[in-house]
Parts: sequence; C-alpha cells; structure tokens
Amino acid sequence: MITVSGISKSFKVAKRSSGVRSAVKSLFRREYTEVAALNEISFHIAPGEIVGYIGPNGAGKSTTIKVMSGILVPDRGTCTIMGYTPWLDRVAYVKNIGVVFGQRSQLWWDVPVIDSFELLRDIYGVQENEYKSNLKLLVETLDLKDIIHTPVRQLSLGQRMRCEIAASLLHSPSILFLDEPTIGLDAISKLAVRQFITTINKEKGVTIILTTHDMNDIEALAQRIILIGKGSLLYDGNLNTLRERFAPSNLVTEAGSSINAPSIDDIIVQMYKEYQIT
Amino acid sequence: MRLFGKYLLILFKSQMQYRTSFWLLTFGQFFIPFSVFAGLYFMFERFGQIKGWDFFEVALCFGVIHMAFAISECMARGFDMFSSLVANGDFDRLLVRPRSTVLQVLGSKFEFTRFGRLLQSALVLAWAISQIHVEWTFLKALTLLFMIVSGVFIFTGIFILMATMCFWTIQGLEVANIFTDGGREMAQYPLNIYQKWVARFFTYVIPFGCVNYLPLLYLLGRTEGSSALYALTPLAGCIFILPCLLIWRFGVRHYRSTGS
Repeated sequence: MITVSGISKSFKVAKRSSGVRSAVKSLFRREYTEVAALNEISFHIAPGEIVGYIGPNGAGKSTTIKVMSGILVPDRGTCTIMGYTPWLDRVAYVKNIGVVFGQRSQLWWDVPVIDSFELLRDIYGVQENEYKSNLKLLVETLDLKDIIHTPVRQLSLGQRMRCEIAASLLHSPSILFLDEPTIGLDAISKLAVRQFITTINKEKGVTIILTTHDMNDIEALAQRIILIGKGSLLYDGNLNTLRERFAPSNLVTEAGSSINAPSIDDIIVQMYKEYQIT
Repeated sequence: MRLFGKYLLILFKSQMQYRTSFWLLTFGQFFIPFSVFAGLYFMFERFGQIKGWDFFEVALCFGVIHMAFAISECMARGFDMFSSLVANGDFDRLLVRPRSTVLQVLGSKFEFTRFGRLLQSALVLAWAISQIHVEWTFLKALTLLFMIVSGVFIFTGIFILMATMCFWTIQGLEVANIFTDGGREMAQYPLNIYQKWVARFFTYVIPFGCVNYLPLLYLLGRTEGSSALYALTPLAGCIFILPCLLIWRFGVRHYRSTGS
C-alpha cells in the first residue's frame, strides 16, 4: 500500500549569530547551512496496519508525513502510495487520504462544525448518500451530536479534536495520517480518540500512520512502530520485540526480581541513548 | 465556480458573526474613495478641465478603476493576505485538498466590507454614464463592461504576483501597494496627462491603459485609425493574469521543494 524507499530531504537554514552587527550583516549577506531532515528513509506499510511513527522533536516525523501526503517534494528517493507518487499527482492522490495536523485546525473558526463538514463535502466532491452515511457513523462513534451545531471557536480542545478527525474522514479515505492527534488532550478525550482510531481501523480497514510523543498512544494502538532520530530510520518492527530486546538488560542491572517490564518511555530513552540521538 | 460560491457562503456566515464591525467597515469603505472623489470634483470645479478631458470623462475613468479595484479586493483578498497563510502553515492544509491552489486561496478570504467601496464607485460610474456625451451602442456598453472585468484581472494578477513573493520572503510585502494603490490612483485619470514613460509603463508593463485610457478613446469616438482595435484592448488587459498564474505555479513548486 505504502512503499517508501530511500527518501532524503535537506533544508537550507540561514545561519544566525547573536548581536546587532551580525543581524545587520545578515540583511545583506546570508550564510546557509544544509540540515539533513531525512536521510535514506525506507519502509513498507501494508493495508490495514496501524503504524506508530515516533522520534524526538525535530527528528523528521512531520517532514516524512508531509512528503507522504504530497505537500513536500523530497530531494531523492521514491514513494509509491496506492499507485500514486504523492507529489506528482497531488490532486488525484489526496482524495484518498485524510490528514490531521494536531496543532492546526482544518475547520472554519467562526461557523458551526456542520458548515465546515458540508464545505469539505463539496471540496472533496463526496456523493450525498455516502456523505450522509459517513456523517451518521462519525457522529455516533465520536459522540458529536451535541457539538455539531456549535461554532468551532466555542469548542474545547478535546471536542475540537474529535471534530477534526471526523472532518478528515468524511470522504472515506483509505489512509489516515495523524500528526500528534492527542496533543494537549485530557484523559477522557485521549481515550475516546484512541478507541475511535481502533474502530475505524477494524471496521473500515483504514490504514493509519500516527506520530505522537505519548507512548500510551503507541501502546494502545500500534502493533508496529517506526523509530527515527536525526533523520535516519533506527528501528522498524514489533513493539513486543523491542520490549524483549531491552527488558533483560534492564532486569539484570536492577537487582530485584519484582520489577515490572520497563515502560515504553524507558525503552525509548534507552534506544535514544544507544543510538546517541539525544 | 459552484464551489467558490460555497466558500463565499461560509465566509459570509463567519463575517456575520461580527456584524457591528462589518457595518462600520463597510461604512468606512464607502467614504474613503468618496473623499478622493470629492477632491476630484473640486479640482474640476476650479480648473474646468485637464488636458482636454472634462469632469464626466474623468469620472468615468474613476468609476471604472475603483469598481475594478473594489471587486478584486473583495475576491482576491486571500492573495493579498497570503503571507499569513504561509507564515502559520495553513498553506500545507490547502495542499492536501484535491482542488487547485488558486481556487482555495481565493476561497480562503473574501472582504465583504469592500461592498461599501463598490457601491460608491458604482454610483460615480452611473452618474458619469448618464451625463457623458456618448451615443451608447451595444458594443460600447460591452466594452465598458470589459473595462471593469479587465481591471479586476489586472489587480488580481498583481495580488497573485505579490503573494508569490511570500514563498521566498514569508512576510507580506507592502511594496505591492505601489502597484495596486499606486496604479489605482494613477489610472483614475486618463493616462495621457502623465509623462510619456509613466503612460508607457502602465500600458505595456502593467496594462492599466487597457482598462480605461485606450477603450475610453473608443467610447468617446476619439480614436485614430481602427476603432475596433481600441474596443478590444480590455481583452488584452485580461491576458495580464496568465503570466501571473504561471509565476504562481512556479512559486508553489518552489515552496514544495524547500518547505520553508
């Protein structure tokens, strides 16, 4: 379904040093440094998988999502998703995906949620009966009934996130990219969002790629994780395998038999240390 | 086109959430060009005419260019305010939707308060038409209509050009106002009252001359040579938007490869 091979991407970043003099100097002449955001990233994702895509801040998670959703063109490498190259056939391709940026809204701020949904229906050209059945399902499973006629600016963050996720699924995409969907949510909303992600994955077979810093998200959702750091792929595989790999050494060092298996956060920190990416 | 209407509807609903500010701004927008027009009126009161142009001929120019400006400010406000769209990253959102970027940017903002300005310039235009010494024919009416359309295309083109610059600079460029506000101020008079190079610049580089001066000659029957050619000049003005759209596409491609 998704095949990414050898994707590399670097950004030019203007060098800045402190002080008024260098600030004035940079007005006229700037020096750039190349920062490699992605370095030879390759992986394959099968239909119906939920993949947790993790890494520290600035590791290149969002850049990968942007490449896969057709926003950015990589410097090198190929990416085939459902037969499309995302950045070449943008318009035809994006009809098949849904994207949620946790930190940015896609809803129209001043109008009731339902108005945004109807405009999205028109933007994606969704058939009326398909829209109606999707909307019904989303309203039921995400419990939106009471908030759908409220202007977005009056919603709480948790309510808004549920609407965001609904908005990105109105056109029945086969792939859903979730960039930090649980950021800033309280416990109840987090659980609701997680449960919903499992539901649409099971019932509609939607492939889900999710980035997050909340390891409980990963534990609850993803059978498979892809870990990147400083633009390189560090680990790709099963969560349990990862646990086993790090669990024994942990038990040895901490003498005492009653220690539980290390939490995901511990494992991640250890991995970062091992790969020297902190 | 239908989708654009849908965009308008949702923006209109948003605007109606802030009714007081809507009415105040509309009211203000009605009187801004009004003061300019009053200045024009008193100048003619004093001098009678400028280089053989009388008051109603200039008022026609004024009405056409201000109407075109008001319409394009309404419609192309998304391009005018494009820097904010790039700076806060909302442009990424547009790129994951299956529609052209131009349509989506146009649909991102619509300045309803400019109706005040539109109304005021329409009134001036109507007054000028009723008083001017022209024998109206169907073709002349059509030419007049296309003068406004052509003006809208040119102003929109400039907005698009300046929006494209944001892909490199991120910040909005006030420099655009030289050509939009400046062009509007210049083109509210017939171009031949200016220095040659000014007139040339606004005919061949930014073709405001095609919006009013050249077709105006045709309306007034002052053309030399083929009058049909003058009648067609507004169409030439419309073409201005094509290179602008090309440059826009180039800008979008640049954005997607650098991801500023």
